[in-house]
Amino acid sequence: MPAFTETPLIFDIGQDGRANNYFAEGAPLSDFLPLDALRDELPLPDNSELDVVRHFTRLSQKTFSIDTNFYPLGSCTMKYNPRVNDAMANLPALRDLHPLVPDELAQGALAVMWELERSLASLFGMAAFSLNPAAGAHAELTALLIAKKYFKKYGQALTRTTVIVPDTAHGTNPASAAMVGFKVVSLKSDARGRVSVDEIKKAIGSDTAVVMMTNPNTLGLYEDQIKEITDAVHDVGGLMYYDGANANALMGNSRPGDMGFDLMHLNLHKTFSIPHGGGGAGAGPVGVARHLVPFLPMPVVRATNIVSEPEGWKSSDDFTFALDFNREDSIGTMRSFWSNFAHMVRALSYTYANGAEGLTMVSKLAVLNANYIRASVSDLIEIPYDEYNRHEFVASAQAIKRETGVRALDIGKALLDRGYHAPTVYFPLLVPECLMIEPTETESKETLDGFIAAFREILIAARENPQSILDAPLNTVVKRIDETRAARQPDLRWHPPTG
Amino acid sequence: MYTPHTQRDIEAMLRVVGASSLDELVKVPDAVAIKAPLEVAPALPESELTQRFAGFASRVGATDYVSFLGAGAYRHYVPPVIATLAMRGEFLTAYTPYQAEVSQGYLQAIYEWQSYIALLTGLDVANASVYDGATALAEGAIMAVNATGRKAVLVSRAVHPNYRAVLKTYADGLDLDIDELPYAADGTTDLSTIDAALADQRYAAVVVQTPNIFGAIDALPVGMAEKIKATGTLVIGVVAEALSLAALSTPASWGVDIAVGEGQSFGVSLAYGGPYVGFIACTTEHLRRIPGRLVGKSLDKDGKEAYVLTLQAREQHIRREKATSNICTNQAHCALVATIYLAAMGKTGLRNCASANLKRSRELEKAVTAIDGFTTRFSAPYFNEFAVRVPGGSAKDVLKALQAKGILGGVDLGRWYPELDDTILMTATEVTTDADIAHLVTALSEVRSLAGVH
Repeated sequence: MPAFTETPLIFDIGQDGRANNYFAEGAPLSDFLPLDALRDELPLPDNSELDVVRHFTRLSQKTFSIDTNFYPLGSCTMKYNPRVNDAMANLPALRDLHPLVPDELAQGALAVMWELERSLASLFGMAAFSLNPAAGAHAELTALLIAKKYFKKYGQALTRTTVIVPDTAHGTNPASAAMVGFKVVSLKSDARGRVSVDEIKKAIGSDTAVVMMTNPNTLGLYEDQIKEITDAVHDVGGLMYYDGANANALMGNSRPGDMGFDLMHLNLHKTFSIPHGGGGAGAGPVGVARHLVPFLPMPVVRATNIVSEPEGWKSSDDFTFALDFNREDSIGTMRSFWSNFAHMVRALSYTYANGAEGLTMVSKLAVLNANYIRASVSDLIEIPYDEYNRHEFVASAQAIKRETGVRALDIGKALLDRGYHAPTVYFPLLVPECLMIEPTETESKETLDGFIAAFREILIAARENPQSILDAPLNTVVKRIDETRAARQPDLRWHPPTG
Repeated sequence: MYTPHTQRDIEAMLRVVGASSLDELVKVPDAVAIKAPLEVAPALPESELTQRFAGFASRVGATDYVSFLGAGAYRHYVPPVIATLAMRGEFLTAYTPYQAEVSQGYLQAIYEWQSYIALLTGLDVANASVYDGATALAEGAIMAVNATGRKAVLVSRAVHPNYRAVLKTYADGLDLDIDELPYAADGTTDLSTIDAALADQRYAAVVVQTPNIFGAIDALPVGMAEKIKATGTLVIGVVAEALSLAALSTPASWGVDIAVGEGQSFGVSLAYGGPYVGFIACTTEHLRRIPGRLVGKSLDKDGKEAYVLTLQAREQHIRREKATSNICTNQAHCALVATIYLAAMGKTGLRNCASANLKRSRELEKAVTAIDGFTTRFSAPYFNEFAVRVPGGSAKDVLKALQAKGILGGVDLGRWYPELDDTILMTATEVTTDADIAHLVTALSEVRSLAGVH
């Protein structure tokens, strides 16, 4: 079968009058509304359903995915997305539920949210979670709004103006801080690739609002002085924020709450196996310690026939639930309706599939897989922090670039030719020519061995025949794309033919 | 656990790593070690897990109810072909298409989504989506603030209250002032005070929604957008019912600079509130201020047409604290669903669907207001939902009585507008049946006689 490399735009396929029989023919719109309320024309194509099926099927065949190939993509946790999760999210009672039904008719949905929230609280050592934010970046924004409101409540809004982020932080951290009006201060990592207690003590003071950290950090290293760091920040009255992007490394191992974090977020589309969907929808629950619970966004799910919320998960069977909008200190709401609920169903399904022991093993095997790749390639590429890493590690192509001109980017493109996604490149920023590799726990030793063989072959080819790597990819449907042209002469849409 | 490791694999891998056990790899200081057992949902085999979730589903009482709910989330017919295509694993399990050479399919689909949104709104460009309608409004307002350097926004009270609430949350972060325009007796935005409001040139944007929260078509009247823009203020148009774009005059035609809205109606499941899909479209002038991702068409090194994420200099992973927004995830998969829906519907399907919405909602209005005591609250023309004043003064009581008869009669507007606690927002779409309307009419007549008693 030939590969369908040419896929015209859907707008160039259809013909007027080639309509599908989804609805009875309707009366003219002008029967119902005055002409000046109506649009003149609707320049969209009519397509036969078969053409639609072929079009999108062919587009899918030109799309790299977990279902087809392996992603060693650092910080993105591209694990298998179990199909039972989708099936549960698509149970008609849950899929077709309108967000404005009265609480008493939505008990099963509220129970899902509550059980997930309670499970997350125990797993990460937080007093409560809000499922409101729509994604990780949205959750960061939520958490910083909580911090701002908290300081306002205690009369420190004008003095607590600074957010500190280590140089290993995700780009969203400073961008989120800026959206809440905080000044961002970057903190240098020490020689061990970690935040040093001495440095943090120098950086913090009475102006410190929040220190944002990940643990393990984006180098895949565990911040072993984390308790000393959070204590120091608390001593000056600041709050500690945990960026949960790397939470797949530490389930059942250690908890942000025990480390001293006051706020955190999770990316359910990473750790809890929700499909990335080509870039969303994600989901980013926010967790908080006891003193910040009143500030959580609205609504929160509350068990109505219980004296106090349990510390962790309890079966919802004996309880009734309500959405609580009556929260004086809340930051408000972050989105149109309550949560990315279908993803809450998926995340709870994943939690039930694993249980506490299973999730603990998930993290251990994620760490094993990452260490296995590191140990299998470290003779051919520099590993700047060569020690046991957690769920991911970084390699540097700096020496290779100096010797051969082959950059991290080129190595990534050469992997595409061999059926593997490129690692995350040029992040974190402090490692030059950085390649960041995270295999996740769902990949087998055989898959990792295949990747290791391809990676080694590329590293050897980079030295023996650098041009073969600089030209990559050659086997993909298109070759390297002129990004400058895309930005200088933006072509962002189809236009109807004129005349 | 979805982990493929055998004991033999683990041992072999540990040998390569040079560790004696898994625990050696994940050692943490005593101070942060876990002390008590974790309490999370217990492990179940899949055959029992599915029963557990069937149990959750059975506790959703709303399943068998006749529903007239809308207000920003709509029941529409979704052809099965949409899910068949969208749930293909290549789409569902793809990462963000940064590696363009192996993501041409998804990138093209997003380019088609951007095209559809531009065509539907009449504007020049649209982004790859944002979280939902409310966050689209907040991000649109930030665009206007950045474009004008002004720190206040003037919003119609007839904009969806949840959207305004989110705008307020974001505004608290950015120290923006949000002022409101009242609604008029006919249910549209009251613009009689706008000259005075615009006089001191402090607003970055005026925000109106059409159809608005009362269902009323609320596009700015001819000449108004020009007048607003003459004061250096932008116009933002909100669309919470995307299907209306197939029928009503485009946001561009009545003068918006930025259109924001919710695309849930284009094939996205209600799912108790999400995930949905927000859109932002704007004139070329504001292109470089648009948040989130954009797909552009370019050429590869052999001169072949190719799609790629572009104008990334706006984004957080490049610009960090100087980015236009912190957004990185868009709602790619929901946007894909909407794109497939729009492709399958085509112009004819969308027009017929819009026509059915107009027809059904008018039939509903006629049937309900034929009952003594129920009156149309606002006179402005509407798309597929409208406000009804109920006898007895309490929308809440009427809705409760209907609920006892298996009907979700609509949204109590008193939930958001204390002065409208006698008013229900009722929605009818193409999936509303004659039987649904008849059932409601019978029930309302009975409720009416009950109301007459006290």
